[in-house]
Amino acid sequence: MRWINNETRAELARSFQEIDGLASPQESRRHFLKVIGGIGAGLTLAVSSPGTLAKMLPTGVTAAEGEAFAPNAFVRIGTDNRVAVVIKHVEMGQGTYTGLATLVAEELDADWEQIDAVGAPADGKRYNNLYWGPMQGTGGSSAIANSYQQMRIAGATAKAMLVAAAAQRWNLPTAEISVNKGVLSHAGSGRKATFGELAELAATLPVPDEKSIRLKEPEEFTYIGTSMPRKDVGKTDGTAIYTQDVWLEGMLTAVVAHPPRFGTKVKSFDAKEAKASNRVVDVIQIPTGIAVVAKDYWSAKVARDKLNIEWDESRAMDKSTDQIMAEYREISKKRGGVAHDHGSVGDALDSAKTVIEATYEFPYLAHAAMEPMNCVALVNKDSCEIWNGEQFQSIDQMNIGKLLGLPVEKVKLNMLFAGGSFGRRANPVSDYLVEAVHIAKAKMGTPIKLVWSREDDMQAGYFRPAYVHRVRGGLDAEGNIVGWEQHIVGQSILTGTPFGQGIKNGVDHSSVEGASTLPYAIPNLRVEVTSTEEQVPVLWWRSVGHTHTAYSTETFIDELAVKAGQDPVDLRMKLLADHPRWQGVLKLAADKAGWGKALPKGWGRGVAVHESFNSYVAQVAEVSVADDGKFKVERVVCAVDCGVPINPDVIRAQMEGGIGFGLAPALVSAITLKDGKVVESNFHNYQVLRINQMPEVEVHIVPSAAPPTGVGEPGVPPIAPAVANALAAVTGKRYYSLPIKV
Amino acid sequence: MSITLNVNGAEHQVDTTPDTPLLWVIRDYLEMTGTKFGCGMAMCGACTVHMDGQPIRSCSTPVQLAAGKKITTIEGVSSSAASPVSRAVQQAWDDGQVVQCGYCQSGQIMSAIALLEKNPKPTDADIDSAMSGNICRCNTYQRIRGAIKEASKQLV
Repeated sequence: MRWINNETRAELARSFQEIDGLASPQESRRHFLKVIGGIGAGLTLAVSSPGTLAKMLPTGVTAAEGEAFAPNAFVRIGTDNRVAVVIKHVEMGQGTYTGLATLVAEELDADWEQIDAVGAPADGKRYNNLYWGPMQGTGGSSAIANSYQQMRIAGATAKAMLVAAAAQRWNLPTAEISVNKGVLSHAGSGRKATFGELAELAATLPVPDEKSIRLKEPEEFTYIGTSMPRKDVGKTDGTAIYTQDVWLEGMLTAVVAHPPRFGTKVKSFDAKEAKASNRVVDVIQIPTGIAVVAKDYWSAKVARDKLNIEWDESRAMDKSTDQIMAEYREISKKRGGVAHDHGSVGDALDSAKTVIEATYEFPYLAHAAMEPMNCVALVNKDSCEIWNGEQFQSIDQMNIGKLLGLPVEKVKLNMLFAGGSFGRRANPVSDYLVEAVHIAKAKMGTPIKLVWSREDDMQAGYFRPAYVHRVRGGLDAEGNIVGWEQHIVGQSILTGTPFGQGIKNGVDHSSVEGASTLPYAIPNLRVEVTSTEEQVPVLWWRSVGHTHTAYSTETFIDELAVKAGQDPVDLRMKLLADHPRWQGVLKLAADKAGWGKALPKGWGRGVAVHESFNSYVAQVAEVSVADDGKFKVERVVCAVDCGVPINPDVIRAQMEGGIGFGLAPALVSAITLKDGKVVESNFHNYQVLRINQMPEVEVHIVPSAAPPTGVGEPGVPPIAPAVANALAAVTGKRYYSLPIKV
Repeated sequence: MSITLNVNGAEHQVDTTPDTPLLWVIRDYLEMTGTKFGCGMAMCGACTVHMDGQPIRSCSTPVQLAAGKKITTIEGVSSSAASPVSRAVQQAWDDGQVVQCGYCQSGQIMSAIALLEKNPKPTDADIDSAMSGNICRCNTYQRIRGAIKEASKQLV
């Protein structure tokens, strides 16, 4: 998601210029207050009962009251002494509300208890992801990395203005005023004041120039590096509000009958039976199927089952996964587009003493977030309002604006907590939002809650693509790896998206990342890719290309090590001599896991190390294998280097979660197609990890002063190869397709 | 038809078809949204509530089966009248920083409370068997296990 194309960039820039051309801080502040006012104001519009407003604020807390002190887009302080930190990224479990609030609290010297995290309104100019240009959105494990300076400067600026306010009120030099846990004080006179008491005065002072702001040195940190409790509260008593829980006056619920196969359209339909219920309000044809609009979900669902729809299947997909994989295996034997080439791999393999060849197969995968995709949309004549676990603000505004013929600022997005995403909610065509807007457009003035069933969610596509990798590696007489050749075959995720900039000379970087960037000192390396075309919509899935490249590269290097009679950790350490951060996590994980120490009979240990999104992760997995081939992942020791650790407990949580998430495709998950139909429909046949399959996980964090990088995705890639390598250590076999069958 | 439901100690009259799942009556008729929809076929546990103290999947329980029974939802165990087990479980969840996206957690907590009400000192195998019907896609399982053990320690 780092490669937004020029066309989209220009379109977004134009869109935002139309919103405002504000430049001066004073004007920005006024604008900001207006925008912030909108956070609550929009929600009050049609809320059914008093008290619901507070419930609907994304954090479940009341925002700072009184005329706020709002020195910039991210901080506002109320006369009630509450500090609201405005969070531009969606909270989908990864802990961004906590991490970004920590950065502000640190530089502001606030008390953690007085901090509330609130979701930002959609505004690609003010709340853009700094890694993505003029575009607001969350992805690529970039929230902390792109916000590190921005949020700290926001906090430090607010603090400087509060200090200036105290200095003015007390008629003292600013240098004599100190700030600690939300209290400003003057040691000489014993004067004290809270942020709330100084908020109004601070608001009248000029915003200092960014260059005059001094940020703390790491040794001064009190919150950064400390495991502060999470700020996305209300999640253990049922009060947190997700899209599924939005309840607006007059709202109706919609479900959609989707085509049975990709590429199918509605030919005709008969809704007579479906409309018989007095709780069904309407049945509407939309581009993606037939929508049933009713007073509640169940009535809509029952009516949907009674629809008689004739589908036009003339252009329907009819391929099966077996056929797709067979085609990919053939393609993998030929040459592809070159993603990376150094040395002369052909010569190296020709002259190698031993050549090993492997063909890896990876199925399609569904994201299967716990909250099935859903969206609340209200379309009026000249505006649109959306409630959603909003991950892709600027793209969603653009797609909805185009559909309705509205400028983007008329598409208001309320960012709610997301019940998981794993990439699914960042969709370049805004699929489920656009579907909701089509229905809401037909029911203008009525809020529509589109609810997908689990089956809708699982069979809608936007899968992690299926891939085949063919890898050949050569060893010389001394057991050195002299050549590595890899050809990756599968659908391109970035083609046709605003991130097409990531495709160079026909090579979609997101298909090969992790392989084309192989860090091992191998003298001859070539990585190729062939992008295929299928009717299956595909999308990034937590850690994108690394989901498959880490598996092929880390199991293949392991196989080569064993073939060469070398210890898998020793060989990696040797080949990573120029990559200290890789070595650092590898050594830490191996040491903590007791690499080389004896294990019970039937147990094995395997290792993998991988970099993704500029974070480095090594994992050592221990497995036990029973005589009947059943195996269990018993323990995982994980080491991570993500630069300055902002919140160690959140980092640990993301590693634990990433390991579980990556174990699912290693052990149980696969989407298959039969004659163009998605076979899996729910959790009975698309299995995911359950508590009895979760290993004991131990996480170690490498101390670092490097700029912080993300942790949402990097925990995922190493686990499947670590497990496969551990199994190989027991069984002596190698596992070339996922999920693993022993 | 009109059905009388006792939810969190309060009586409610709802007019619906008898086969409507209890989940949708709780969510769409009673407007209590803490209980979540995850799969609709009792495969994920996000909709777990208690019926006469037993954990059930409300998405697959026709509302007529709940008539005359005591239904408890996440809202019910979060009230001041909640049992010591409920309080211990929620406290352990917060102390252990279990939650990530949180969508499954109402169901996880309802399953954990039901387990500890019946078995205050569960083994790992007891926890697996009581909790393996509850999916968490954020994979917070290790912390869920830890929180159940911590709550158990507080109770015994």
